[in-house]
Amino acid sequence: MEIKDDNISAMCRPAVGEAGKTGDWRDATPVIDHAKCIASVKNRPACYLCWLYCPEGIVKAGIPIEINLTYCKGCGICAEECPARAITMVMHEEAKK
Amino acid sequence: MPEKLFKVNAEEYILPGNRACSGCGLSIAYRYVLKALRENTILTLPASCLTVLHGLYPITSVGIPCLNCTFASTAASASGLVAGLAAMNRSDITVVAIAGDGGTFDIGIQALSGAAERGTDFIFVCYDNEGYMNTGTQRSSATPMGALTTTTPILTKQQHKKDMMKIMEGHDIPYLATCSPSFPIDLYDKFVKAKRIKGTRYVQIATPCPPGWVFPPKDTVKIGRLAVETGIVVLYEIENGKFRFTGRSKTISEKGTRAPVIHYVERQGRFKKMSMEQLGQLQRWVDGKWNEYLRRAEA
Repeated sequence: MEIKDDNISAMCRPAVGEAGKTGDWRDATPVIDHAKCIASVKNRPACYLCWLYCPEGIVKAGIPIEINLTYCKGCGICAEECPARAITMVMHEEAKK
Repeated sequence: MPEKLFKVNAEEYILPGNRACSGCGLSIAYRYVLKALRENTILTLPASCLTVLHGLYPITSVGIPCLNCTFASTAASASGLVAGLAAMNRSDITVVAIAGDGGTFDIGIQALSGAAERGTDFIFVCYDNEGYMNTGTQRSSATPMGALTTTTPILTKQQHKKDMMKIMEGHDIPYLATCSPSFPIDLYDKFVKAKRIKGTRYVQIATPCPPGWVFPPKDTVKIGRLAVETGIVVLYEIENGKFRFTGRSKTISEKGTRAPVIHYVERQGRFKKMSMEQLGQLQRWVDGKWNEYLRRAEA
């Protein structure tokens, strides 16, 4: 049951996907090569620079690393900052081939 | 590096699917600001890119309570929140005002100066993206020399950036710091420290803006790093009048490996009409500032 609020100010409630599924904005998709990814190769928590620099906070810093593509805006910062060059940005046309 | 990463609060307060541009520097910085401040924080924001990130009524994409106020009254509304919390006997809550460079350097300066003079117990955060980016890249007093904006479209900006840190230092406040989203751990540590201090605290974050500065979104972190390496942005903190370099700027000051500003300028479309004369002026201005910081760090 929803709690009735006595406060009559215009108040927002937090929700995921305020601007819709922002994955639609993307023209290139990050693809992780787990044979190069430092965390996967060492099989222990390491590096995680993609998690550190992701503006959306949608990289899951586990083993293996996962990117939530529903909300990834495709900026490419993770691919640019990856020290092992394990992430590549694949354009949509190429991904379909 | 990983050992340091695991000390960072794992909770995410910015929910995915927000309205920030792809590759937004503010978004990276804001993630770590909220991670460092944690719960029991009240935010107050004027009209800015951050209001856009927070979303449209009745949904918000940030899990921390926030008050939207008018452009000129950021610090005044924070003073009101502090007074209200004091009246309710709540001393465990941090009040944080976050404004853009327009809301700090130009429009919000008188309210901020008033609050700092009264010694109101709050943190004022200025995210400096060097222009009115939310309304479409107009010139602000934080825009550097030689940059093209929609209000300086032909001749580029002729004046140097205002030194807001010096103005705020003039208020004798206990803590001032500068940070960059390209060095998130440094940013996180500064906010953890600022949260513990009482009194007015001022933190300035230099956030690269891909659409306003005209560079591809993938270069956000790289541009932020170049700004620090060339000395355009200097990472330091002033605690009770004691100046101290931090992070990468400390390394650069010890080794003397500061790069020329051309490395930073050439990567951005907003500097494409900059003349060689202006480039020289910018380099001399940066050199002057840097030598001043070196003198202060030695003293």
